[in-house]
Amino acid sequence: MSIYLNKDSKIIVQGMTGGMGSKHTALMLDAGAAIVGGVNARKAGTTAEIAGQELPVFGSVAEAMKETGANVSVLFVPPAFTKDACIEAIDAEIPLMVVITEGVPVQDTAEVWSYLQGKNTRMIGPNCPGIISPEESLAGITPHTIAGKGPIGLVSKSGTLTYQMMYELRDFGFTTAIGIGGDPIIGTTHIDALQAFEDDPETKAIVMIGEIGGDAEERAAAYIKDNITKPVVGYVAGFTAPEGKTMGHAGAIVSGSSGTAQAKKEALEAVGVKVGKTPSETAALMREIMQGL
Amino acid sequence: MDLMEYQAKELFAKHGVATTLGVVVETAEAAKAAAEQLGGVTVVKAQVKAGGRGKAGGVKLAKTPDEAFEHATNILNLTIKDLPVNRVLITPATPPQEEYYFSFLLDRANRQYLCIASVEGGVEIEEVAKTNPDAVKKIAIDPGKGVDAAKAREIATEAAFPEAVFEQAVEMIEKLYTVFVEEDATLVEVNPLARLEGDKLEALDGKVSLDENASEVRHPDHEQFEIRDEANPLEAKAKEFGLNYVKLDGSVGICGNGAGLVMSTLDVVAYAGENHGGVKPANFLDIGGGANAQVMANSLDVILNDPQVKSVFVNVFGGITACDEVANGIKGALEILGDKATKPLVVRLDGNNVEQGRAILNEMNHPLVTQVDTMDGAADKAAELANA
Repeated sequence: MSIYLNKDSKIIVQGMTGGMGSKHTALMLDAGAAIVGGVNARKAGTTAEIAGQELPVFGSVAEAMKETGANVSVLFVPPAFTKDACIEAIDAEIPLMVVITEGVPVQDTAEVWSYLQGKNTRMIGPNCPGIISPEESLAGITPHTIAGKGPIGLVSKSGTLTYQMMYELRDFGFTTAIGIGGDPIIGTTHIDALQAFEDDPETKAIVMIGEIGGDAEERAAAYIKDNITKPVVGYVAGFTAPEGKTMGHAGAIVSGSSGTAQAKKEALEAVGVKVGKTPSETAALMREIMQGL
Repeated sequence: MDLMEYQAKELFAKHGVATTLGVVVETAEAAKAAAEQLGGVTVVKAQVKAGGRGKAGGVKLAKTPDEAFEHATNILNLTIKDLPVNRVLITPATPPQEEYYFSFLLDRANRQYLCIASVEGGVEIEEVAKTNPDAVKKIAIDPGKGVDAAKAREIATEAAFPEAVFEQAVEMIEKLYTVFVEEDATLVEVNPLARLEGDKLEALDGKVSLDENASEVRHPDHEQFEIRDEANPLEAKAKEFGLNYVKLDGSVGICGNGAGLVMSTLDVVAYAGENHGGVKPANFLDIGGGANAQVMANSLDVILNDPQVKSVFVNVFGGITACDEVANGIKGALEILGDKATKPLVVRLDGNNVEQGRAILNEMNHPLVTQVDTMDGAADKAAELANA
């Protein structure tokens, strides 16, 4: 099994006809994802040919869901329009909304998060690579060629570290790898993914990748202590990051003494999570665990 | 982006928050002239993006224009938390009868906004938070609902603003929230929020941090707040190229793709450096998703312009970008740079089309380029070369 996304997932793409959208729609199709259409109010009723497939373009998320039975939407909408696109998807009650867009104003995300409360939509992202359940489906930009299906679950703030870790552990494979994004406010958290992996019988062990900024890793550590029985291996990036500087991701910033990599590592180790010093060492720790299972 | 006090006050004034702008100057002579113009007792305040200006001697009371000249001379020679003081703000001295603390900020952990207010505090707020935490009120703000007149009243009541300034506080809270949302701030802080003579409420000092994503999307006017002479010249150059670069103090120049991988690369280089004379990373540079020759050339150009750099580590994992494209990018960049490329380059390629990528670099056989297959091994090599 996998979490949040599987072979039966029917995916629509908001922003499918744009540059990023069409490029990655082709790659998602190549990965075997069931892409059933796109949404663009101005091109409603037309079709778009992507990677040799004629995909219908709908006027709204609600219409796309009604016509296709879609239950996942991937957003490649420019940052200025991301909030409205999210609200449209939430209003249509799409079960899973994956927001790839980087550069969304954080107050827009805060408003979307507020709007989503009590509704039936799970949000992943923004500013994330999305989610892949290898050999089943892909909703996002993670290359499907890195690793196949297997018993490891992966949750990460960073896209490239997700790819790196999948590559290092490609001989084992993954149930699902989810990039939750590097913005200060995100939808699905480390904790959500950890619990989903805990509940997934096919996931045997979990890799959790964090980075400087905020306290999500510390809270995940507290959660692991009380709720997660499967082995967890951790990695945290940004030990050398200076205070007060944003390191690429909008959320990756050490403020005063809070949000440091050292504090996150210590919090994880305090609850028995083995934390690697480098991505390779982290993969080696996971390798040991897998061999012991 | 963090604003200086005078910039924060400009935003306050724009949205009708009671404050006194004063005059920003860059020389002691201009400070004297400003003090003469304002008349009476003035305050000379260092304009740097750092807290603790008062304790560092960066805020002085001047009874006369000559005193303003003298203080400005001293303050403009100060360095506060490694930041040189290039500007001072001259304001009329308005002694507060009482000092309060007020802020709106982004509450990451709870994915909402937070208002922090205290009527027992002002500049000593951190001390108050320790000794009398109940006096520091924290009120959650739902980003979907915001702060209207009723909510502002609720906040003022919770914070227990005195009756004499209560209505002014309600009005100011609403306006400060307008600053917070209309300017897309992640922090709007007034400290102290002062009760002046005649029970007049005024923002005596201000701190504002703006969300750069929002500035990019919908606030072209925020560009005016970037102070070019304050920026590190290499960071400024990188910004012109549209590159995400942060200058650090070490000697191993670094570029890679993806913020997480580059942060990780810095760490791995620092560990490797422990075995090579303690060398450290010289910078953070994320080349982003694409890696064409021009982007790579611009990146290397910025890195090599840092005189501290002794070696460069190019760490790329080919995800969407294929390694052969990256290898061609490096090859093209070295051609573009020509004689400007003078430091050894350690390249680690992995992932999509790695064999083709490595073959391109092998075939190029450039004297400055060393290929190492693993990230840890390449970091070690780059650290060794920087220590040579």
